[in-house]
Amino acid sequence: MIRTNDVIAFGWQALKGYRSRTVLMLLAMCIGVAAVLMLTALGEGARNYVRSEFASLGTNLVIVFPGRSETTGQGMGTMMGVTPRDLTLDDAIALTRNPNVQRIAPLNVGVAEVSWQNRKREITVLGSNSELLKIRHWSMARGDFLPETDWDRASAVCVIGAKIRDEIFGAHNAMGQYIRLGENRYRVIGILASEGRSIGMDVEELVIIPVSSAQSLFNTPSLFRIFIEVKSRAAIPNVIKFAEDTIRARHQGELDVTVITQDAVLATFDNILGALTYAVGGIAAISLAVAGILIMNVMLVAVSQRTSEIGLLKALGASGREIVFLILVEALLLSSLGGLIGLIIGHLGSWGIRAALPDLEAYPPDWAAISSFLIALATGAIFSLLPASKASKLDPVMALARR
Amino acid sequence: MIKLENIHRDFEVGDQIVHALDDINLEIQQGEYLSVMGPSGSGKSTLLNLIGMLDHATSGSYYLNGKNVTELDEKQEAETRNKNIGFVFQAFHLVPRLTAAQNIELPLILAGIDPSIRKEKIDKVLEELNLTDRAHHKPDQLSGGQRQRVAIARATISEPSVLLADEPTGNLDTKSGHDVMKTLESLNDHGITLIMVTHDVALGDRSKRSIKMVDGRIESDTLS
Repeated sequence: MIRTNDVIAFGWQALKGYRSRTVLMLLAMCIGVAAVLMLTALGEGARNYVRSEFASLGTNLVIVFPGRSETTGQGMGTMMGVTPRDLTLDDAIALTRNPNVQRIAPLNVGVAEVSWQNRKREITVLGSNSELLKIRHWSMARGDFLPETDWDRASAVCVIGAKIRDEIFGAHNAMGQYIRLGENRYRVIGILASEGRSIGMDVEELVIIPVSSAQSLFNTPSLFRIFIEVKSRAAIPNVIKFAEDTIRARHQGELDVTVITQDAVLATFDNILGALTYAVGGIAAISLAVAGILIMNVMLVAVSQRTSEIGLLKALGASGREIVFLILVEALLLSSLGGLIGLIIGHLGSWGIRAALPDLEAYPPDWAAISSFLIALATGAIFSLLPASKASKLDPVMALARR
Repeated sequence: MIKLENIHRDFEVGDQIVHALDDINLEIQQGEYLSVMGPSGSGKSTLLNLIGMLDHATSGSYYLNGKNVTELDEKQEAETRNKNIGFVFQAFHLVPRLTAAQNIELPLILAGIDPSIRKEKIDKVLEELNLTDRAHHKPDQLSGGQRQRVAIARATISEPSVLLADEPTGNLDTKSGHDVMKTLESLNDHGITLIMVTHDVALGDRSKRSIKMVDGRIESDTLS
């Protein structure tokens, strides 16, 4: 019986002997594997991005926002906070009366023009309280965050993001300076450390003022969100119920707010993006199957080109099974080599994606690497079975008669 | 050592049946030098393929070294072929991507012989056939005569008892043909059974025993 080492060496010789065909098939194989890797890396990157965004939002977080949709999903009304009854600062204060609540931050959002001396620009302004810093896990580069005062007391202080500091003040010292927002002037008491992004809000491009100042600035009593940080994960359902009961009692028996946990939102995104990763991985895997068909084609051509060689091997004492073995090993060598090169290119490509998009941690998941390589091997083997069995059935007399 | 009894080999061509071999009875002893002559279509190549077990009889029995090989399965047949029979073809049939030495090595590889033993045997046969300096040349870098000598080396590397040659000088010029014949005959002198198909009368006359075939039958069987 022929030795496995010799079979591999023989297959290797054949691959080297027909170089252009080998290179083409390797190319097809490695494009397939690399596509699976890079696309799943993108999907995973997107998933990780969303995850980290949510993590930056804080832990054990319950979010209250105005409006409620009785059907599943949220209409524009809920997103925009259009509702007959406002979510007010008094609602937020009422929500502090629960032992499981660690801290609460009301949130108001608007856009205003900020100016200092002759420089001005449009900017997102947040109205909140001193607790927001801890809830959102932000930190200060200089100075202090909003002072701990009564929430309904407006005071003319503000905290600014790093980029705003650079754009408005340039080389000047920002601390203690007064900036103008709308009609009022606010003293800069702190500068946020630039820690990247958090759910669509660029921390570097924010101005934060006390919530009641923001209410008068935007001339609205309504809040955009109330963030509640719960003391423990186990207490979250209790706090949700408490929040719903409290708001219902305060809003004439009608529950016109939505209370969600961050985990629920995260889980939804996670599911969607996870499914997306599988989907793009699956689409890329089709290219592997195409590569497999290409291998079958080329192996069929190889068998008919090498008819006399196969006839000769039979004359020299190779059995039909040994011929199948030889051709199968040749195809497996080809697909494993193509798969390996594909893995390398896929990892390089993912590295390229990470270099181009630093926010995305685009690492191809292990399952994608392993399964794409195995699919490459399997297609190589399966699609060469037909050519191999064709070769093993060749009549040596006929095969050798062709000159 | 080779014994054919009432061998028939029929081919279907369209709706006609062609009797390529028609009731052949033949006995060949170890170490004989036999030429098979005859016009084309007389069945001489079919006879050779049948003795080499590349082709199978429609009916009749074939004994090789006392064993009825018509009863062997495909795997046993391949093994018997590897151990007992060497082929030399008119068209050489060397694998173009392999060097001379690698071509010669093929039967040993198929037999699963240890690489170090293979190397020893190849070196020996290369020296015997005066091909040592051509060992690492590919077939397209060899002359016709050299190619056929490589093919002979490949056919004899497993030390078979029978060497089958189908028009071994058909693609060669007179001088290379002469060299190849000398090589084959010296192998016969060392005990191998040499069966050669040819339609060259001059070549046929060199053998000790000559068979003439016409229409699938043995017309004459003469010893010189």
